[in-house]
Amino acid sequence: MAEVALHQVVKKYGEVEAVRAIDLDIPDNEFVVLVGPSGCGKSTTLRMIAGLEEVTSGNISIGGEVVNDLPPKDRDIAMVFQNYALYPHMTAFENMSFGLKLRKLPKAEIRQRVEQAARILDITELLDRRPKALSGGQRQRVAMGRAIVRNPKVFLFDEPLSNLDAKLRVQMRTEIKRVHQKVKTTTVYVTHDQVEAMTLADRVVVMNHGRIEQIGTPQELYHHPRTRFVAGFIGSPAMNFIPCRLEQNGAGMRARISDAIAFPVPAANEGRYRPVVGKDLVLGLRPEHITEPRHNGRDDGRDFTATLDVVEPMGMETMVFFTIKGTEICGRVEPSSAADAGAPMRLYANIDHMHLIDPASGAVI
Amino acid sequence: MPASSAGIRDVEPPARGDRYKVEDSRMADTVQSWVPGLQQAGVRPSARSGLSKFLRQRSTIAFLFCLPLIAIITCLVIYPAFYSIYLSMLNKAQTRFIGLGNFSYLLSRDVFWMVVQQSAIFALSAVFFKALIGLITAHLINNLPAKGQRKWRGMLLVPWVIPLALSSLGWWWLFDPTHSAFNWILTGLGFDEVPWLSNPYWARFSVILVNVWYGAPFFLIMYLAALKSVPEQLYEAAAIDGANAWQKFIHITLPMMRNIIAITVLFSLIVTFANFDIVQIMTAGGPRNMTHVFATYAFLLGIRSGDLPLGAATSLFMFPILAIAAVFILRGVRKRGREIG
Repeated sequence: MAEVALHQVVKKYGEVEAVRAIDLDIPDNEFVVLVGPSGCGKSTTLRMIAGLEEVTSGNISIGGEVVNDLPPKDRDIAMVFQNYALYPHMTAFENMSFGLKLRKLPKAEIRQRVEQAARILDITELLDRRPKALSGGQRQRVAMGRAIVRNPKVFLFDEPLSNLDAKLRVQMRTEIKRVHQKVKTTTVYVTHDQVEAMTLADRVVVMNHGRIEQIGTPQELYHHPRTRFVAGFIGSPAMNFIPCRLEQNGAGMRARISDAIAFPVPAANEGRYRPVVGKDLVLGLRPEHITEPRHNGRDDGRDFTATLDVVEPMGMETMVFFTIKGTEICGRVEPSSAADAGAPMRLYANIDHMHLIDPASGAVI
Repeated sequence: MPASSAGIRDVEPPARGDRYKVEDSRMADTVQSWVPGLQQAGVRPSARSGLSKFLRQRSTIAFLFCLPLIAIITCLVIYPAFYSIYLSMLNKAQTRFIGLGNFSYLLSRDVFWMVVQQSAIFALSAVFFKALIGLITAHLINNLPAKGQRKWRGMLLVPWVIPLALSSLGWWWLFDPTHSAFNWILTGLGFDEVPWLSNPYWARFSVILVNVWYGAPFFLIMYLAALKSVPEQLYEAAAIDGANAWQKFIHITLPMMRNIIAITVLFSLIVTFANFDIVQIMTAGGPRNMTHVFATYAFLLGIRSGDLPLGAATSLFMFPILAIAAVFILRGVRKRGREIG
């Protein structure tokens, strides 16, 4: 077990900068998820930690030792690949024990370690099978087993669940979390799925265009995104971005999104919004904060009426879509209170959770 | 069936009368209207249904498509094979049936056993070195940058492309004891001349060398393709598991290539075992019959000495030897194919 540190790490492919000077400190035992859209550099970062890609400049250290020039085999890491990369000619047992065999561990210890890992992953009865005779989920478990038996300093996961169907993915997600709680090895996990990131991570690293947009706990990212990109990437359905103008309104402020609709800004936010009064900004508000009125008729300027374009019942909630001045907005309402498509509906904006975004820089104010 | 016959359906005439409908639903496992001519001929369905049904069956169509090949194989392989079995049981003048007399005669001859031995040495050592050199060069080329690969692949394929009779003549000239390149270089460097083709052991070495030179590119191409088909991630996984380059080769590359190695070795073993051109052109079996392989010895007995039945009997000895090798090798291939998939 060890901490992992990246310092000003750059990766260039010819002239293309895939990773642009990132800094990242991962303490011992932490589960860190790198998340971002495809091509954001997250997999490249992971592969540099693994030693499968060379670092163009900067330093990577594992357990305090700079590993830039160490080959993968000397870094004491284990990796789970997206397509499992199991050796097709070996049984599950041989797959899991391969790394131990190369390290010349005694046979008895190899057997004991593999059997223990198999118990953790519940694959004991599959150990004699070859990958071809295993299902996707079982292969995934064997691939994890191959990582666990090594008892490495760091686990690396490269989109391990994206080849599984939706149901199995949720199941294996829980499994990975359970395994981490048991073995507590420092883990770096790459995914493009923000739900996976939120559910698994101690800390999430959101990457975009080869840069780190924000590092934080899932709660921090959800409630306090620092950029428009993070605000839009975390949370599903995505946050609504509504053009608005911040107006002075007597002692308070309000965010006007149309001639008819302007929401009063919560007093707590007024301090940091003071410099941008009168400017055109973007109001960020998550669908779950646009609901049917839930305040027993006490209207404090947050209610508004919109004509619904589309209504999507999801069972436990209903998504409503409407348009204000050309911007499509999504809200989440109680199924019983949703109006029909084409009909007007009274809605409530829980403006306490608002974000104001500078449209030029994309920074959350 | 609808999907597999889609291509055939495409060419059918657009107009199809109602009278076909009943038939279509009844014959779910036949290919409809693959012979437009029958429909356009306007034959009444009841009259032609027997023949039409037979012709429409997929197995019939498959057979008809294979017919040209079957005809060629029958004329050029099956008929001569049976004829040579028949021939091998006649006396020299082909006037009398003597059963297995030719075979027992051959088995009693020392020269024949030398041919068996030399054929085995020739085929096994040549195939071994062809496979080894093919594997090594395939690795070297595979590790070249992509741009250089094509050039080298093309150049290394040349020996395999030149007509073997011509390249054998070229080698024969190179091996010439007095006026040719090898010995000229050797004497230039101060070594003794080597009797490449006149000393029996050097002659054996020389024909094997030429066969390796000729056959290695085939292995190179096959192994290069096989190397490229091993998923890169397996090597990455092995690197992380702690394997060095040699261990990756032993534990990943070789097992992943075992089937292609088995098939190429089998194929090459058959072709090399039956080799004729190189030995015939370079040594014609000499000196002292020490370089004869089955094909050249059969040629010597059957054509040169005019004892066709004895030559046929000699060549037939190859068959059981190769059949046994084929069975063993292909059985391994099938088993691994099922395991790895």
